[in-house]
Amino acid sequence: MTGLEVDLTVPGRVTAAFTAEPGSVLAIIGPNGAGKSTLVRALAGLLPAEGRAVVGGTDLLSIPARERQVGMVFQGQLLFPHLSAVDNVAFGPRSRGVPRADADRAAQAWLDRLGIGELAARRPQQLSGGQAQRVAIARALVSEPRLLLLDEPFTGLDVKVAMALRIELGRHLAAYDGVTLLVTHHALDALTIADHVLVLDEGEVAQIGTPSEVSQRPRTEHVARLVGLNVVREERTLTAFTPEAVAVSLDEPVGSPRLRWRGAVVDVSPHGDAVRVLVHATPDLIADVTPAAATELGLVPGREVWLSVKETAVRRYAIDPDPPGTVAP
Amino acid sequence: MSTSLKDPLGGPPALLMVPAVVAVLLLVVPLAAMVAATDWPGLPAQLRTEPLREALWLSILTSTIAVAFCLVLGLPLAWVLARLEFRGRTLLRALVTVPLVLPPVVAGVALRTAFGRTGVLGEPLLDLTGFGFPFTTWGVVLAHVFVSLPFVVISIEGAFRSADPEYDVAAATLGATRWTTFRRVTVPLALPGIAAGLVLGWARSLGEFGATITFNGNYPGVTQTMPNLIYVTRQSDEDAALALSLVMLIVSVGVLLALRDRWLGTPGART
Repeated sequence: MTGLEVDLTVPGRVTAAFTAEPGSVLAIIGPNGAGKSTLVRALAGLLPAEGRAVVGGTDLLSIPARERQVGMVFQGQLLFPHLSAVDNVAFGPRSRGVPRADADRAAQAWLDRLGIGELAARRPQQLSGGQAQRVAIARALVSEPRLLLLDEPFTGLDVKVAMALRIELGRHLAAYDGVTLLVTHHALDALTIADHVLVLDEGEVAQIGTPSEVSQRPRTEHVARLVGLNVVREERTLTAFTPEAVAVSLDEPVGSPRLRWRGAVVDVSPHGDAVRVLVHATPDLIADVTPAAATELGLVPGREVWLSVKETAVRRYAIDPDPPGTVAP
Repeated sequence: MSTSLKDPLGGPPALLMVPAVVAVLLLVVPLAAMVAATDWPGLPAQLRTEPLREALWLSILTSTIAVAFCLVLGLPLAWVLARLEFRGRTLLRALVTVPLVLPPVVAGVALRTAFGRTGVLGEPLLDLTGFGFPFTTWGVVLAHVFVSLPFVVISIEGAFRSADPEYDVAAATLGATRWTTFRRVTVPLALPGIAAGLVLGWARSLGEFGATITFNGNYPGVTQTMPNLIYVTRQSDEDAALALSLVMLIVSVGVLLALRDRWLGTPGART
């Protein structure tokens, strides 16, 4: 198997250039409408795109969707409701001319591998969300695709099921020697499964790097928000810190003269055991406080507060002069 | 006791209930009256007559053949209308639906102009093969197809449209050609709607009178279908016409019920 080299544009919707190593999983994250689904649909051949997307010497963009041999797991799975699980999985090989018995055998083997071999005869509507998702994954992988595209595979699943499936999918993807692109709006997917993370924002690549690079050194406020960090830009330097490190007070804080901001509370919402407060300062910042503190400070939208963070709790890094789009080894 | 307690939205308004009841009466009373007026003891004798057997057989035969043509021609046309984007699609759909609103007698006249012995297509056909549609059983089938095809196309198009095109997309990523997708995904998903469209087309054919009699006349055994027979019989023998009509009612309702159980269930319930 070979890697993936992409440099494509879907006019007016997304422009992206990146490469991915064989066997790697590249997570594509970004806010709604950033062009994540557009990008994978263009790679699958479901939307016209300009440029190129090369796998193993073949430019995918030059051939029709059905000849691309790209495995795709759709948002909401799209299992054929009139076919059993095994027929759904065997659909790809049979469409490509594999004799029925061989296609059925390969499909059954994949269902067995995903631990749902005994559900082969069931229709999609007789499967749970997690089981259906496994069938969808088997259907995408059975034809040994050149490229695997997963479009929000955990959306709509029960949290517990999604977690178990995440771990399992990680294992199967480790055994797959092609490139996987995983579209997700969930930072956890990116951090647990992916080797690299590509952040799309408004149709462009905002950042690309390993999960730890992206989560610790987000380049833009958008990326920071996605991974749950605050970033403050000062000329060529970015300062990043976690919401937990932010202290909230009603009076002007003493000491640490540089790292403090004044602003109005915009939103207050539960976040795990804490309360997450979004404050409209320059820039917008998030702070996690205990529920007791939130009550005591009277944190409601419109409340003017001071935010401060200790110098020891921040990470400073230079804005990378390299343009995004190349995956560092 | 008060309806407002049973139904939190309040009782049904009389302005809706009264017309609804009138509508039901309007639809049910004539059929019930026909059943009540039938001379039951004399019925078996009426039904054993040769003209009835011939006409009933001809009606069932021509309607079935017509529906087969509607399937072979209408299924592809419905797919074209539902799945292809092209200029003039709206115009094409409008043209296809014209026979739906056309008075059947006018349809018969139109068919004569095209397929009559001196028609635009009928004359060259007659010269070339010696075959002419008018006054033949194939002429009856042609008239049936002409009036039924729009029903079949429009209802199958609706069935195709309600089958999510994203399934076609999924099939394409799995390597299926459009033909394979049509055969293995689009048609199976639309099957209940296709069956409903065909039943509708069959029923429309069975009842077809105006276009058939205008285009083909009324020759026993060749072009005399049940509606034609009922029409001519009624002029001389009201009781016989009633008996024949009852047969049509039973056949129509029977076929509808039989197909309903078999085909019109939910897609998930079929095996």
